[in-house]
Amino acid sequence: MADWYAFWVTAPISVLSAVAMVLARNAVHAALLLVVNFFTLAVFFLILGSPFLFVVQIIVYAGAIMVLFLFVIMLLGVDQVIPLRDQMKAQPVAAVLLGAGLIAEIVLAVRISIGFSHKVLPDFRSVNAGGNVQALAKVLFNSYFFPFEVTSILLIVAAIGAMLHGRRKIGEEETIDVPEPAPIPAPAAEGTAR
Amino acid sequence: MRTPISYFLVVSVLLFTVGTVGVLIRKNALLIFMSVELQLNAVNLALVAFSRQLGNLTGQVLAFFSMVVAAAEVVVGLAIIVSLYRKRRSADVDDASLLRG
Repeated sequence: MADWYAFWVTAPISVLSAVAMVLARNAVHAALLLVVNFFTLAVFFLILGSPFLFVVQIIVYAGAIMVLFLFVIMLLGVDQVIPLRDQMKAQPVAAVLLGAGLIAEIVLAVRISIGFSHKVLPDFRSVNAGGNVQALAKVLFNSYFFPFEVTSILLIVAAIGAMLHGRRKIGEEETIDVPEPAPIPAPAAEGTAR
Repeated sequence: MRTPISYFLVVSVLLFTVGTVGVLIRKNALLIFMSVELQLNAVNLALVAFSRQLGNLTGQVLAFFSMVVAAAEVVVGLAIIVSLYRKRRSADVDDASLLRG
C-alpha cells in the first residue's frame, strides 16, 4: 500500500518537473528542475526494490553530473535568458506532434507485446536475498565482469578526452571567423538598443 | 506491492517523450544535453521496472552500466560545449554551422 501512495505522490512531480525543465527559459532553473526529476527517479528505484540504484542515482546524477552541469552554466554565463523559440515558428508544433506520435507508437508497441498487466508485482525478496547490493554484485561480477572492466577504460578515456578538449594551446586564436562579441552596452543605452 | 509495472512504464514513456521534444525544440546546447539526460533516465526507469517484473537483476546491472556511460558522456559532451563556446562565443547549436556544406 505504501508504494501506491509513494508512486502517486512522485509520478506527477516527476512528469511536471520534466515538462518545466524543457520549457525553462533560464538554464539554472532547468538544471534545478532536472535535479528534482533525478530525485523522483531515485524514489521510483526505491519503490521497485533497488536501494543500490537509489543511492547511485542520487550520488552520480544529482551529485556529480548536476554539479558539472551547473559548473558549465556558470562558466558560460548565467544571466542570459534563452528564448524558447525564435526564427522557426513551426518547429515547436512539429516537435510536439512528433512527441505525441512517439507516445502513441510506444504505447501501441507495449500493448501488442506484453499488454497492460494489472497484476500485482511478484515478490522480490527472494531475488534480493542477502541484500540488494550483494545480489547485484553477484550478477555483476559473475556474468558481466568483462563489461565492468571495459567501463573503467571508458571512464579513463572520457577523462583524458575532456582534458584534451578543455585545455588552451599556447598562442591559440581565441575565436574564429565571428565578429568580436558586442561590447556590453552602457546601462543608459539599454532601453534604446533593444 | 500494489503498483503494477505498467504505471512505471507509462511514466517512463512520458519522460522519454518530454526529453525527445526537448531535444527537438531547444536550441541551446546545454538544454539539449539535459533533455538527453532525461531520456537516459527514462530508459533506466523502464529497465529497473522490467527487472522487478521479471525477478531478474540483469536489468538493474544494465541500468548501472547506462549510468556509467551517461557520466562519461556528460564529461566529454560538456567539454565539447565549452570548447564550442570558446570558439564561437555562443552555445547555440545553430551557430555551430562550420561543417555545413
